[in-house]
Amino acid sequence: MSKATLQRRPLVRKILEGADDNLLVIAGLGSSNWDITEAGDRPLNMPLWGSMGAPVSMGLGLALAQPAKRVLVITGDADMMMSVGSLATVASQQPENLAIVVLDNEKFGETGNQASHTSPRNNGPTESGAGTDLAMIARGCGIADVGTVREAGEVAELVKAARTAKGPVFRLVKVMVEKLEFVMPPQDGAHLKDRFRQALLGHP
Amino acid sequence: MSVATSAANSADWRDQIFEVLQDHDIKQVYHVPDAGHSRLIEHCQRSNSIRTVPLTTEEEGIALAAGAWLGGQRSALLMQSSGVGNTINMMGMTKTLRFPFLTLITMRGEWGEFNSWQFPMGQGTPKVLEAMGVLVYSVDKADEVKATVDAAARAAFNGGQSVAVLLRQKLIGIKDFGKKVAK
Repeated sequence: MSKATLQRRPLVRKILEGADDNLLVIAGLGSSNWDITEAGDRPLNMPLWGSMGAPVSMGLGLALAQPAKRVLVITGDADMMMSVGSLATVASQQPENLAIVVLDNEKFGETGNQASHTSPRNNGPTESGAGTDLAMIARGCGIADVGTVREAGEVAELVKAARTAKGPVFRLVKVMVEKLEFVMPPQDGAHLKDRFRQALLGHP
Repeated sequence: MSVATSAANSADWRDQIFEVLQDHDIKQVYHVPDAGHSRLIEHCQRSNSIRTVPLTTEEEGIALAAGAWLGGQRSALLMQSSGVGNTINMMGMTKTLRFPFLTLITMRGEWGEFNSWQFPMGQGTPKVLEAMGVLVYSVDKADEVKATVDAAARAAFNGGQSVAVLLRQKLIGIKDFGKKVAK
């Protein structure tokens, strides 16, 4: 397997470019949270600081409640591994307005870059994983529009899939391991929830 | 809510829970495999106003409820006492985000239980919920179910609380597999 060349921050900036009131974004804890915040903190972002395994289910509940809005979940490979069953639950509901983008660096990036399950097998004592393919899992769960993105030339299609393609959409994006600056949104969960609802519903 | 009529009083408590969920404008109902809730689940599946979502694990239901609330909808999570243990870290989100949360829990591992595997989580359920800051309501009489679920929904959606209703095993009845053959 060739080494990943895509950088997560410019990629997430492209995905979120021109985000308007129609786009509701949920990001998983850790790097994905900092990524969407670096692209520009906004009330219709719900960046999680905990609750690993929550983003896809949260995105589904939101997508069902707001069928006229686009819901985009951005999270990491380990967060997705913790809740693979939620992909089957998404498939059971077939929300046309939900897209899931998993940024897969094959590492537990927030805790010292230990190899995660998506790292290749037989890759040395500290770099070996299981070779788990989350795109295949998503397809096996019953999501039809699934793809894996590795090259810069595929990013335009990724942005389109994330923002406008008929859902449920799942994209696995292989990204580089990088040491990046923490760009943090507000941490208070009640505040994040209230500002989101205020912007979406007109009341907290 | 209308005053309970004699007809409502004679109705099955499982049907009454469905009515209470509708009265409180609940739009999403989440469930796992659960014999105690099966009749309620069927009511929800047939309803035009409620989206019924089967889960692979109970903790999905907490995150779904948070997402539904972000989007302006009320929800309820149906689960068994054994499933409560699966939700605990996720349950913390009801406090962190301070969103209204309602769960209806069919109890195992207590009144007349035959399966030893159900006791640990069944006995731990009220304590674990309380430890996570969830208000715990309990009902073991059929004629008190409707009022209890209604009170819980009010505390959740009017009072902004995280609330669990324990439907005790004494209410649900003892599950058995008929005459068991010892091997």
